[in-house]
Amino acid sequence: MKMKKLSPASRSGFINYAIVLVFFAVFQTLLSTGNLSNNFTGQLIPICAYVVMAISLNLVVGISGELSLGHAGFMSIGAFTGVIVSMSLQSSVSSAPLRLLAAIVAGTLVAAVAGVIIGVPVLRLNGDYLAIVTLAFGEIIKNILNCLYVGVDGKGLHISMKDANALNLDENGLVILKGPMGATGITKLSGFVSGIILVLIALFIIQNFVNSRSGRAIKAIRDNRIAAEASGLNVIKYKMMAFVISAAMAGAAGALYALNYSTVVPKKFDFNTSILILVFVVLGGIGNMRGSIISAAILTVLPELLREFRDYRMLIYAIVLILVMLITNNPSAKAFIHRIFGRRRDEDAEKGGA
Amino acid sequence: MYKREETKLVQVPSPNKIPERDIDKAPILEVAHLGIDFGGLTAVDDFNIAIGRTEIAGLIGPNGAGKTTVFNLLTKVYQPTRGTIMLDGVDTAHMNSMQANRAGIARTFQNIRLFDKLTVEDNVKVGLHNHNTYTAIEGVLRLPRYWSTEKKMHERALDLLSIFDMQDMANVPAGSLPYGAQRRLEIVRALATEPKLLLLDEPAAGMNPSETSELMENITKIRDTFHIAILLIEHDMNLVMGICEGIAVLNFGKIIAKGTPSEIQNDPQVIEAYLGKKKEA
Repeated sequence: MKMKKLSPASRSGFINYAIVLVFFAVFQTLLSTGNLSNNFTGQLIPICAYVVMAISLNLVVGISGELSLGHAGFMSIGAFTGVIVSMSLQSSVSSAPLRLLAAIVAGTLVAAVAGVIIGVPVLRLNGDYLAIVTLAFGEIIKNILNCLYVGVDGKGLHISMKDANALNLDENGLVILKGPMGATGITKLSGFVSGIILVLIALFIIQNFVNSRSGRAIKAIRDNRIAAEASGLNVIKYKMMAFVISAAMAGAAGALYALNYSTVVPKKFDFNTSILILVFVVLGGIGNMRGSIISAAILTVLPELLREFRDYRMLIYAIVLILVMLITNNPSAKAFIHRIFGRRRDEDAEKGGA
Repeated sequence: MYKREETKLVQVPSPNKIPERDIDKAPILEVAHLGIDFGGLTAVDDFNIAIGRTEIAGLIGPNGAGKTTVFNLLTKVYQPTRGTIMLDGVDTAHMNSMQANRAGIARTFQNIRLFDKLTVEDNVKVGLHNHNTYTAIEGVLRLPRYWSTEKKMHERALDLLSIFDMQDMANVPAGSLPYGAQRRLEIVRALATEPKLLLLDEPAAGMNPSETSELMENITKIRDTFHIAILLIEHDMNLVMGICEGIAVLNFGKIIAKGTPSEIQNDPQVIEAYLGKKKEA
């Protein structure tokens, strides 16, 4: 087959897959040869989860142009749905990958439903309402989960908002969620391979979606809502589509994340986590998927790498953030970067223009 | 998709003439008693007009007369307080902006509204959106219909851009185009939605005389190739008098004169609106 010239968008997409695969190859080799510290090994799955979180939030913030401050809420929904599903299937399904798959799919679906519920009233409004409502949503989810007790026994799932005794489980029943204590005794199902697969799937869906008819419509609405309506676009439908896809992916990432630990508490997915993910997106460049991937990966491990600074760890983390933002916005720094990578960029531009 | 109601006969008060060749067909646009109030201010009142199927009509008037408000009413950016708008025999009363476009009315904007970060080609493709469809799932999985539809849209977009000789700019972000090209791109994008009626809001604003005369030729060419009606707002009288077959003059939200270019030029009320009244000695 004679290759037709790749469009700049699909070429950039392939580079993103390549980056993820190279990352995988390097760390899988290090892992199998035992050259990776325990600390770092433990960061591999959170990196994958946060990369998915960042690219999915970028769909809302960068492509759709809405500010969402409750992305951790969807992650939380996915996480605890995933935990409940995997733990209740523990006795009936013996295959661990299958249970992980079921957990991630369930987390995705429930988070998507939550996305629809939030999106229907809010996406009809203009301006900053989405930011306010998603912020509240994240807090509401955290507080609900803080007093939610879920258990499973032979008769099925039991749910209570009071305490574990109110679940009325029979003697071989299992309490899965214990309110503020969260879920404990989770069997670790996530692995680095499954994490990378999830990242690739999320990238595939988002990149292809953005470079399709629907993605074009969403970007058009972002650039000029009135003109988009006058061109016959269904503004609410497309905003909704971006928001729900984003929520669904956050759910998947949440399930992957939760099943990497033996204990998960609702407090983990608070406002700070939402802001952390927003920082990944802003630092990587709004609307820039590759930037989101790289910044999510680096900023997830950075606090671990800075452990030797002990008490000054977060101070240095903050300084790094400020420096990156200053440098990426500084014209002379940009010119310097351009000089180093200039030749390659020029070639790109030529090909893109041809 | 939208129920096409039985063609109602609208009595357009004080009917204006539509061109001879369109006379046996129902007008594309019939507006009767259209009006809108913003609080206590009546911006447009008792606006009546009929436009033939292939007519080029002009809407002129001094600044602040309410011309753009009329466009916003026709495209349902504003919902009218009074009156009816019949587009090709369909009442647009219950429609919003999106539905009005799908019913066959497309427009450009006085203060250009392009999708700045999208390329020129993508701007046109957004216009083609509703006539070239595949589902989001087909798009994500890159199924055959994605490729065939996108290919068709690409060809059609370049085709439409060639009206204004803009194919070479297809990959440039729309926001970085020169002013005149942005105005032309807006027209192309509007045409891509396959309208029956095209509304142009000051298409020649900011253009020099040679660009304006080129634009005049192109507007006529668009009408002749696409067989659509065009209603335009313009302050450049050479353009209006040169290509419009019927003209309505608006002043303080009311139509003060309707007629052919020569009738309008000699209408004492129009002269008064533009130049003021001669003081009696």
